[in-house]
Amino acid sequence: MIPAAFDYVRAGSAEEAVATLATHGDEAKLLAGGHSLIPLMRFRLARPAVLVDIGRLDDLSYIRDGGDHVAIGTLTRHRDVETSDLVAARAGLLGEVTSHVGDPQVRHRGTLGGAVAHGDPASDIPSALIALGATLVAAGPQGSREISVDDFFSGFLETALADDEMLTEVRIPAADGARWGFEKFNRRAQDWAIVGVSAVVRAGGEVGVGLVNMDSTPVRAAAVESALAGGASGAEAAELAAEGCEPTEDLNASVEYRRHLARVLTRRALEAAGL
Amino acid sequence: MEISVTINGTAHTHDVEPRTLLVHYIRDVVGLTGTNIGCDTSSCGACTIHVNGESVKSCTMFAVQADGEDLLTIEGLADGDTLHPMQESFRQCHALQCGYCTPGMVMAAVSFLDENPNPSEREVRLGLEGNLCRCTGYHNIVKAVLHCAAGGEQ
Ligand code: FES
Ligand code: FES
Repeated sequence: MIPAAFDYVRAGSAEEAVATLATHGDEAKLLAGGHSLIPLMRFRLARPAVLVDIGRLDDLSYIRDGGDHVAIGTLTRHRDVETSDLVAARAGLLGEVTSHVGDPQVRHRGTLGGAVAHGDPASDIPSALIALGATLVAAGPQGSREISVDDFFSGFLETALADDEMLTEVRIPAADGARWGFEKFNRRAQDWAIVGVSAVVRAGGEVGVGLVNMDSTPVRAAAVESALAGGASGAEAAELAAEGCEPTEDLNASVEYRRHLARVLTRRALEAAGL
Repeated sequence: MEISVTINGTAHTHDVEPRTLLVHYIRDVVGLTGTNIGCDTSSCGACTIHVNGESVKSCTMFAVQADGEDLLTIEGLADGDTLHPMQESFRQCHALQCGYCTPGMVMAAVSFLDENPNPSEREVRLGLEGNLCRCTGYHNIVKAVLHCAAGGEQ
């Protein structure tokens, strides 16, 4: 189907994009790779009056070694994250999870920042960012601020970004020598995860676990992490994976089935990560 | 808004509505109907073309996003009357039945082999996961891509 009409503004810089957002308030939406937004617009589930195209801001497409972290520009395409040697060496979980997003065509166009700012609980990437303890950098009219991934997802398709803010960078605390596992359960190639789990065990033993599609937002499996910190085995801790989650029921899975999947997939992801 | 794109080596300039999807621009404005539309959900891959040498789903891009870019559609793949090696492999391996998915399948396969010239069978299957075929069961499509990777000769 054809999206509803909108005014198209091509931003020449992040500042210009933010200024345009500030003028139009919640009437405007940012367009990066468009692989979350355009499908919604085609069903007219989203009808922004103004679309601010930031897809040409090439200076926001980069992967840099920041010493204690890896800095990834918001417009970096999934394909570049997936094939980056730096990501593989210092944030390997994110590279692997990204290689499971959509399909090759989607990964050629879709961007890291776009997938994160969309805030979809069924998206794979947020689970990796939660497990790795990422920090998100947002630019607004007042300058830029850092947001912990734990404070970023605020509701279904909602984030901590204000109407006039845009994500500019994702920072991953370096995870050299970490082991990880990613488990995605779906019924057909290319589908969204019915449930997914990202788990990372850092070289120092610290564990992070993020869940896909187990609540209205991407969530941390906090009970699993604290059980592990308290000495539980991977299998014991995985039993707590669904604790505190409020998954929804849909055609693919009942609430109880999602809870079951979370436990099983968490156990497998932890096993793959060496626990 | 006025956009200029190169499609199969030819420059085009047109005034388009911002909401025009790239696939509709290619088919209805430029008149190249080899690129098909098979779904409304970015799932089927029938609309796959190359933008700057990489496969993309042209139903999930606005034409204005392609302004200034270099596009290749199925019509631009052959060299005159000589089929592209991937098209030739599809022909030899009988990798199509109704043919509806074929333009997108071929474009996706060419881009895939550019990135991974010596794939395993499993990698071919994963590399084509963004393209659906309702006829062939994929078997001969996978064969054709492997055939092309191996140099195409019988
Ligand atoms: S028509 Fe583009 S993916 Fe189906
Ligand atoms: S040959 Fe008919 S859909 Fe693929």
